[in-house]
Amino acid sequence: MRPVSYNVKIKKLENDISMAEMPDGHMGQGFFATSLDSVIGLARKNSVWPLPFATSCCGIEFMGTMAATYDLGRFGSERLAFTPRQCDLLMVMGTIAKKMGPVVKQVYLQMAEPRWVMAVGACASSGGIFDTYSVLQGIDQVVPVDVYVPGCPPRPEGILDGLLRIQDLVGRENLRRRNGEQYKGLLESYGIQ
Amino acid sequence: MALTNEAIKQKLQERFSDQVTGFEEPYGMLTFEVEKESTLKVLNFLHENEELDFIFLTDICGVHYPDNKGKELAVVYHLHNLKENVRVRAKVFTSIEKPEVYTATGIFDCANWMERETFDFFGINFIGHPNMKRILNVDEMDYSPMRKEFPLEDQSRVDKDDEMFGRDRRLAY
Repeated sequence: MRPVSYNVKIKKLENDISMAEMPDGHMGQGFFATSLDSVIGLARKNSVWPLPFATSCCGIEFMGTMAATYDLGRFGSERLAFTPRQCDLLMVMGTIAKKMGPVVKQVYLQMAEPRWVMAVGACASSGGIFDTYSVLQGIDQVVPVDVYVPGCPPRPEGILDGLLRIQDLVGRENLRRRNGEQYKGLLESYGIQ
Repeated sequence: MALTNEAIKQKLQERFSDQVTGFEEPYGMLTFEVEKESTLKVLNFLHENEELDFIFLTDICGVHYPDNKGKELAVVYHLHNLKENVRVRAKVFTSIEKPEVYTATGIFDCANWMERETFDFFGINFIGHPNMKRILNVDEMDYSPMRKEFPLEDQSRVDKDDEMFGRDRRLAY
């Protein structure tokens, strides 16, 4: 028997509807004042639209993550779009061959700013066990990556944790970051204008 | 009448005498070497002859034998007779300084992509091929990865400690 076969600690729902936490700010009767950054961050982080780029077994785990038991939709990412134009988060799951590298880059280029990238699994993060002439040794050779999820393949909990980390980044991002010199330098190091 | 290995061997020897040599039967499959110059004649004979009737080219692959001086590279043709369900294997050797073999695309159309693959991985040039360029690897690749002088591992990887992975750079040749 597996050490944990099912969850025996039933936790009661705290609220019927779970609300996003309010950002810090000043509140009085009939008004609430806070920074624009945190409001936009709040909106963005709870409606991240992922674009799955699944090439192998990590993609199967992602399907499990999307399905009823783990349900990515709980975190505001119900809407997967299979067009890069509408998406915020590129999730690369699986081995990327060197010949596939330009395709990943093109998909990334087609996404509108602000955009984030998550490398799911050992292969997308580092090439994994495929230490060979034909496989790209990590997608960070062609596109900048925000979050790496380790595992071969990672369990759905791992992918969810990766998404929560992305949400942290999205929620805290400074609105000026994408216009900054540092960000431009990062893109230029990948040959992206 | 079933087509036996003996009968195939006899027919080939009658027609080509010393051009086909080294007959073997590993696991019951007739295997022989063909001189480079008469490759196409032999393949065409196997294909056209009514009794042999090897109409299906199952596979072409390359092999690299670094110690086989003057015959470092081999091209192996696998042929199948669908009526009798008999298979044969023909090997052609070429030197690594001048890795050139004649194309079989004129006899078997399916040789087109297989020869491109062999060119891709072993750098064997098939003379007369209509479209001799890489098929599987990236176009920028500048070597033939299946030749034994090249290590399997990706050389751009920097995060691995070779000792921890049981590899010794000095041994990779």
